[in-house]
Amino acid sequence: MLLKDEVGMLQRVPLFSGIESAKLKLLAFTSDRVSYSAGEILFRQGDEGDAAYVILSGKADILVDSDSGTIKVAELPPNSIVGEIAILCNSSRTATVRAASPVEALRIRKDHFLRLMKEFPEMTIEMVRVLADRLSHTTADLIDARSAK
Amino acid sequence: MEPSLARYIWTHTKKQQLWILVIVLLSMIPYFMSFDLPKLIVNGPIQGRGFEQPGATQPFMRLHYNLPFIGEIQFFPGFQLDRTTTLLALSLVFLLLVIINGLFKFYINTYKGRLGERMLRRIRFDLVDRVLRFPPRYFKRVKSAEVATMVKDEVEPLGGFIGDAFLQPVLLGGQAVTAMLFIVVQNFWLGMIAAVIVLIQIVLIPRMRRRLIVLGRKRQLTARALSGRVGEIVDGIGAVHVHDTSNYERADIAARLGLIFKIRFDLYQWKFMVKFLNNFLAQITPFLFYMVGGYLVIQGRLDVGQLVAVIGAYKDLPGPMKELIDWDQDRQDVQVKYQQVVEQFTVEGLIAPRIGALTIDDPGPMTNPLSAIGLSMADDGGAMLLDRISLQVKPGETVALVSTSTGGAEALAEAFARLNWPESGKVASGADDLLELPEAVTGRRMSYASSDVFLFQASLRDNLLYGLKHAPLTSVTYDGAAADQHRWNIHEARRSGNPDLDIHSDWIDYASVGATGPHDLFEAVRQVLDAVLLSRDILDLGLRSSADLTRHTELAGRIVELRAALRTRLEHEGLSGLVVPFKPGAYNKEATIGQNLLFGAAAGPELADRALAANPYFASVLRQAGLDRTLYEMGLEIAEQAIELFADLPPDHQFFQQLAFMSAEEIPAYQTLLQRLKNRPYETVSENDRAMIVTLSFAYIEPRHRFGLLGDELMNKIVAARNRFYEGLPPELQNAVERYDPAKYIAAATVMDNVLFGRLGSNHPDAPDRIRSIVYDILDELGLYAELLDVGLDFNVGAGGRRLTAGQRQKLDVARALLKRPDFLILNRPLSALDQRVQEKVLRNVLEEARRDGRSPAIVWVVTNPAMAMMFDRVVVFDSGRLVEDGTHETLLAGSGMFKELLS
Repeated sequence: MLLKDEVGMLQRVPLFSGIESAKLKLLAFTSDRVSYSAGEILFRQGDEGDAAYVILSGKADILVDSDSGTIKVAELPPNSIVGEIAILCNSSRTATVRAASPVEALRIRKDHFLRLMKEFPEMTIEMVRVLADRLSHTTADLIDARSAK
Repeated sequence: MEPSLARYIWTHTKKQQLWILVIVLLSMIPYFMSFDLPKLIVNGPIQGRGFEQPGATQPFMRLHYNLPFIGEIQFFPGFQLDRTTTLLALSLVFLLLVIINGLFKFYINTYKGRLGERMLRRIRFDLVDRVLRFPPRYFKRVKSAEVATMVKDEVEPLGGFIGDAFLQPVLLGGQAVTAMLFIVVQNFWLGMIAAVIVLIQIVLIPRMRRRLIVLGRKRQLTARALSGRVGEIVDGIGAVHVHDTSNYERADIAARLGLIFKIRFDLYQWKFMVKFLNNFLAQITPFLFYMVGGYLVIQGRLDVGQLVAVIGAYKDLPGPMKELIDWDQDRQDVQVKYQQVVEQFTVEGLIAPRIGALTIDDPGPMTNPLSAIGLSMADDGGAMLLDRISLQVKPGETVALVSTSTGGAEALAEAFARLNWPESGKVASGADDLLELPEAVTGRRMSYASSDVFLFQASLRDNLLYGLKHAPLTSVTYDGAAADQHRWNIHEARRSGNPDLDIHSDWIDYASVGATGPHDLFEAVRQVLDAVLLSRDILDLGLRSSADLTRHTELAGRIVELRAALRTRLEHEGLSGLVVPFKPGAYNKEATIGQNLLFGAAAGPELADRALAANPYFASVLRQAGLDRTLYEMGLEIAEQAIELFADLPPDHQFFQQLAFMSAEEIPAYQTLLQRLKNRPYETVSENDRAMIVTLSFAYIEPRHRFGLLGDELMNKIVAARNRFYEGLPPELQNAVERYDPAKYIAAATVMDNVLFGRLGSNHPDAPDRIRSIVYDILDELGLYAELLDVGLDFNVGAGGRRLTAGQRQKLDVARALLKRPDFLILNRPLSALDQRVQEKVLRNVLEEARRDGRSPAIVWVVTNPAMAMMFDRVVVFDSGRLVEDGTHETLLAGSGMFKELLS
């Protein structure tokens, strides 16, 4: 897959949809192209967060360690971004991400990612929107879980 | 030190000075003869006196000189020669005298040059020797660069002067007096004229030069201060940048330079003023000679030969006079310099020479307890750090010193290490004052490490073994020229009062490490490095550096085995994709195009980096392979893409780290180049511009950069060009590149590259870490771990060890202290740069390592955290310079004192 194809895929990621393609090309160029075969780990829960990943092709599972063993909490479709929370919060990874099929991804380093956020407010706003959206989902889930008890 | 320079010189060189004086006096005889000869030539054969009759002859070599005060002496009756042959003979004698005088001068100059250089060597050595014996407090007040300038520059003129110290006045005075006497003998009045002028010179010039000396002294002081400041800037460069004070420093340096300039220019002006006057006086005398002497000749009271001889003699008068005055100025100047240096180096409480005396034999263990008796320590400002402490550390005891921030435990550790001297009271070993023990005992049987580490700019190995180099233990045998050189070294060292210890001897005290020689030293080193957790760091350094194959032969010899082991291991673990190996007949997709073309490591500048594309042979290979145009077009494409991507970014943007093709500074140049070359046919582009563009393509890696520029056909062409390159490699490039050969070690590449013999796949972000741990495993399995550690020990730590991290430096310092296997190990917050967890781990390891093989040294450890005290036999607590608690960990924990308070 060439740089220009990657730019096309990045444009399909909601987070980057507002950014002009020249900048996306720069982002793609300065990121590492990484590939994983099924079962390989992108990062582990508890590791230090040093990069975010954009899944270009393939699927990955999000797994969380709990007292009753590892639980799969979600599945990442292509064109989704993962791992950005640990970068933003300077915290360690909150979950493990494992490739469910052969995965091609772009690995965006932490310092590059933060720099992008500074330079492109539209991206930052988009990011806040996505996070707020997730929070409201989580809250809804929590209410469901409480009321089901 | 001897305050008077003249006496210092006389004490050390009187024999030589006397000898050279004798030679100088001897040289006066031919010197005087050469004055008389012109008169004989002019009056005799030239003017024809004594040859009035045709065929008349005169005796030749009837040596009858009319020496002043001695009268006429006849040495030899002579040969009878006619007018022409007499002229010839006398002229030849003149030539002979010129040669003899020249030879005398040559001998004298060489002799005194050597004399001066020997004395310079002696003075410099004396000064450094004193630095080695200065008391500790002195070093808190001096700048190292100033001391270095004094030793290096300020005593330098002394060397030039010393040869002349006694000789010059005698030689020049002798010459001047001889010339003067000669003139007086020829004609009294001409002699008087010369005498008056000389008198004026002698009186006036030195007076004018006094100012020069004052200025010279100022120049010396300001220059010394300048070098001190420059040294400070270099040492404190971090502080300068952190506080944005670089312009303050610029202003300070500019002000100093301005002052130096002013002084130097004053000096310059005044010097040439004096010179002008001096020359004028010297030139005015011949004017008087021609006038008065000519008049006397006309009157017939002086013959022409005499006048010529007088003028000839006078030519030799101003020279010596001027030099004599110069000498006097030098003398004053050098005396001032010497005094200033001596003042700086005269310090109260110098360490006695016997403390640091060379001791070859093992001084034996320190079996007495180490005690502080009523010990008080103060800092440089006089504030009390320790107040009358009494404490005893028994052999074999481990003691943790716990201290509040103003407790004073560090001062106690420094007193134990003799780094600071007691204000009152003392530190004793048994009944002896510790300060009275020779360093041969304290430096070998005690060791000390602190948070403030000093490393020398040398390899890790040298720094680690530094603590073992007490005395030359082997005598080296030299053969042939080296033996002569060695004899000369010893002879000269003795003549200059330097020690003749052989620096090439093996100074490492193997026995103290528990080894018998270089071959089993390594085991001890490895254990110590493991204990301080430094081995991993050194292995990493080893992997990243290129091994010296003269030293590490095994690594090269077993490289094939190593590479095969790595492949097998990777296959076994299903990680083959991690490394793409180099294969002679195949394109390596993870390597750059340049690497694929060259397929070797550049071993010289000819084919390295940017020079590759510009190399004419390489360019011709590309042309023949039909690649030149393709790569040029690829380069243009890359330039366009790179500029499109990066042109808008500020040059310090971190994204530039990702741009392998060009640096941020080069972007504007490539922008203009691109505009110029766009739509230009390839044929019309100059060689230089082509190379600039083609070089971009050399950095291209398809899977990483993903511009889609590299197809199968091109890859095949590149592999073909690679073979063509090596087939026709001209002899002058044979040594510029080491071809990748699966069976050969590449000396120019790092150990890691040699083992990998390939490139890491770019799409596995954790590949480097995984590969590194696999490589370590393999090296260990093949028994090459020690060899790699040894490669790592070659790493040069940089000035002050700055190429290592603070933590690595501290670990190295502790390792150095441990390696000695001391009886008393003093550790003064030695690991403060490490985090608590690592500190505790190292502490545990160090205690264990120090006691390995049944050894039981006393360990005094100033801990950074009271919790660390748990691992010691005894805990001593300090607060505000006083010892407040002393006991075992349990008792102090059970009490309710300061220790308990500190722990919570």
